[in-house]
This record gives sequence, structure tokens and C-alpha cells, in this order.
Amino acid sequence: MVDGADGRPVEELVVNLGPSHPSTHGVCRVIAHLDGEVVVKAETVIGYLHRGIEKIAENRTYRQVVPLTDRLDYVGSMYANWAYCRAVERLADIRLPERAEYLRVIVCELQRIASHMMALGSSAADTGAFTMFVYAFEERERIVELFESLCGARLTYSYVRPGGVAFDLPDGWVETCRAFLKAHVKGLAEMDRLFFGNVIARGRLQGAGALSAADAVAFGASGPTARASGVDWDLRRDDAYSVYPRFDFEVPLGANGDAFDRARCRLFEAYESVRIIEQALDQVEPGPIVTPGLPRLLAPRAGDAYDHIESARGSLGVYVVSDGSPRPYRLKFRSPAFCNLQLLSHLAPGHTLSDLIVILGSLDPVFGEVDR
Amino acid sequence: MLCAAYPDLCTLFSVEFGDGVLAVEPGALLSSAEDLKRLGFDRLGMVTAVDYGEQFEIVVRLHAPEHHAAVFLKCRVPRSEPRVPSLTALWPGADWHERETYDLFGIVFEGHPDLRRIMLPDDWRGHPLRKDYEDPHVLPRPDYI
Repeated sequence: MVDGADGRPVEELVVNLGPSHPSTHGVCRVIAHLDGEVVVKAETVIGYLHRGIEKIAENRTYRQVVPLTDRLDYVGSMYANWAYCRAVERLADIRLPERAEYLRVIVCELQRIASHMMALGSSAADTGAFTMFVYAFEERERIVELFESLCGARLTYSYVRPGGVAFDLPDGWVETCRAFLKAHVKGLAEMDRLFFGNVIARGRLQGAGALSAADAVAFGASGPTARASGVDWDLRRDDAYSVYPRFDFEVPLGANGDAFDRARCRLFEAYESVRIIEQALDQVEPGPIVTPGLPRLLAPRAGDAYDHIESARGSLGVYVVSDGSPRPYRLKFRSPAFCNLQLLSHLAPGHTLSDLIVILGSLDPVFGEVDR
Repeated sequence: MLCAAYPDLCTLFSVEFGDGVLAVEPGALLSSAEDLKRLGFDRLGMVTAVDYGEQFEIVVRLHAPEHHAAVFLKCRVPRSEPRVPSLTALWPGADWHERETYDLFGIVFEGHPDLRRIMLPDDWRGHPLRKDYEDPHVLPRPDYI
């Protein structure tokens, strides 16, 4: 029994959302304790998609692990490919040809746009704005088609491999990509007006799940989730890995840290990604796409290495321990979605049940990466 | 970079791969983490473990974005007594990381508010990321592969 809004005792209602529910963005279960319509306590239960990828990787060679990393963040496979390859390259002292770095940046920034479109579209659909969902997925589809023509896969690319990338750009790809970018900027402006200028969307998103900068840091949040709260931290700029120092781009920040700022941050990041890709396409020069002379069977020296990249969801790290054999002794993925999802039970209390869904969507969890 | 920012601490570090590495005893894990947090390493990247046979190594990664630095806190515990203090009092975000490490390695984080399995079902037996873990459902690898 808890005290209701009017002072009368009311019974707490426990609602079990999921594990498989259209509004939970994947197989996630939320046990919501309600007082009327207001969430008193929300417990997030994960693990429904745990496939033990870190354990499986211990029985695979370094190159065989790449397809496993596709299955982590399955709407942003390029990131896990890249982060894993960077950690292995660091351990094995592999230096990449410049063209490979540029191709990695190009596909990963395209991936960022695709992933943000997915986040925007599906969290808009949670609020009932289905038109936005269709617009956003249309933009994403163009990118998926670009990837398909590049490596044959639409979701699980395995494009980034230790030592470089799998394929060079096919004929006409650069022109198609440039045409997409041009159209995409218009599409983004349209979506901005359609959704963020809409009074209903504003009413639903503004104030929902406001996260303070201090809490974002304490909970280990990263990516747009943290930047919407004003935490100015982007590994592309602050860690300056790969060829990112050569590009001119901004890191969009939010002020209020609510669901509206998180969504809008993603929209602005898509603009910045367009700028980065355009600069990369201008700068990239012909050359090898793989480090020459790498053995088929990689056996890095014994030791450990950590490397991280800024994925669409935040700081994606890979910790790899080698004992000198051709198989990783231990492989750990530090996934940003896992850290960001912890915020749900912190943010939900005090909001209505329908806002809980909005908050969950605004954290943009991908359960392949949360559960691994 | 790290040494320039913290000359007095730097004698303790061995700097590998650009990140500082600080090996501590289990009893000193919490106080070292607290000191580092005060020095600007205020972001907890991850908590995990590695199975080294007789010992487990707890690996904690902390970031100091203002100084563009990161440090690995490493702490070895005996396999027979895998207990370390929890970091949840310093970082609430350590919660799920420690639950996962408990779930998959069986390492007990003392002082954790809710140390339950997180990835596997509550009635699961054993800790799969331990090297000696055996699952009756998994077929042995045939020797011709």
C-alpha cells in the first residue's frame, strides 16, 4: 500500500512490460511499479539476448571473431567491427594504409546516420508519430543500399577486418553517396520541421526523463545520451583516433538532457556526419585497402590492449587479452548501450507509464549490444 | 600526458598502450579508485575480470576526459576467495558491470546493493567465462577439426 495523490491509500500495481513487446525496442523486460499511472519504481531485466559472444570468441581465431562482432549492435555493425579491429591492431602492432582509415570513417559515419535515423524513427513511433518513422526509415534504407552495394550485406557487414577493410568502393559508389548526402540534408530539415516543430511531439518529449550532467557522468553514460545533458565528450574529437583530426566538425550538445534533447542531438549529429563524409570523400586518395603481408592466422604477442571508438550510442570499447596463441584469451566488449540502459530505472520514477516508453526509446538501446 | 598531469602518482603507474596501469591489492581497490576519482578520473568505463588460472584479475577502467587520460586499475584475487570491494558507492554506474562480472566469473563484490545474475537465468549453475566451466549441453569439439 502506498499513499495516493489524494492521500487515500492505494495499492501499488506491478506491470510487467515485455520481455518481448513492440514498445521495448528489443527483448527487454521492465517491471514497473505503478501508483495509478505514475511509475514509482522501474526495474530493467536484461539478458534475453545473451549469446555468450565473449565466450564463443575464446574458441575462434582473431579473424573469425569479426562476424561475431556484427551481432553485437545489429543496427550499427560497422562500429563493433571497427572497435574490435582497432584493439587487435593495437595488440598486433598493425599500421593501416591511409585509404583503409578513410573508408572506415566513411562507412562508420554513414552507419551513424543510419543508426540515428532508426533511433529517431522508432522513438517517434513510440509517441504515435508514425509519419516520422516512415521518413526516417526511408533515409536509413538509402544507406543500407549503399552498404549492400559495397559489401553485399544489409545488416551484418563484417566489412572492417583486422588490417584494413574487406572491399574497395565499387564504381559509381562515391557519386551515389554524394547524391544521397545532398538529399539527406534536405530530408533532415524536413524531419526537423515535421517532428521537432510539432507541438504534440514537443509535448511528449520535453521534460521526459531529464538527466543531469552529474548523473550522466556517475552512471557512465556516453554518446548522445550524455551529450544531450551537456557532457561535452566525444571520442572522435577528444581521443582523435584514426583520421578524425583532419575533419572539421562540431559536437552538438543539449541543455536539458530530456528525451527531446537526446532525439534532437541525434538529428544534429546526422548533419555533422554528412559534413565528415563529404570531407572524407574529398580527401581520400587511391591506394591499398589492407596492410600488405599480414598472415592469415593472426597471433599477436601476449599482453592486453584496449581501444575504443565513438559509436552511435557512445563510447564502444574492446578489451582483448592475448596469450600469444591465435585465439583471444579474453575478449570484453564495453558496450555503451549497456551503460546507458542503466539510466532507465533512475529516470523513470515520477513519470507516467507512457513516458517510460518514451524514455526507453530516447536511450536508444540495442539489445544485441546490451546482452552480448 | 598522464605523468605530466600527476607526477606524484606516476611512480606507481606502468604506462602501456598510452593508458596508465595501476596494480593494487584487493584491500586497496576502493581507496585507490577514490583517490583517482578525486584526481579527475571521474568516469568509470568498465569493470570486468580475466581468468588467469590460480587467480582472477579484476580490471577497472577509469577516464579523465579533461586530461585526455585513462587508467586501468588491476587487482588480482585468488580463485579460492574471489572477493573485492564494490565500486557502486563511488559510481552508481558500476552496478550492472559488477553484476555481470559476478554472473559470468563468480566474483563477489562486497557492498554491492543487489548482486544477482544479470545475463543468465537466476537458476543457472556455474560461471561461464571461467576457463574451467563445463556445460553438459555443449558437445565436445571433435578432434578432426
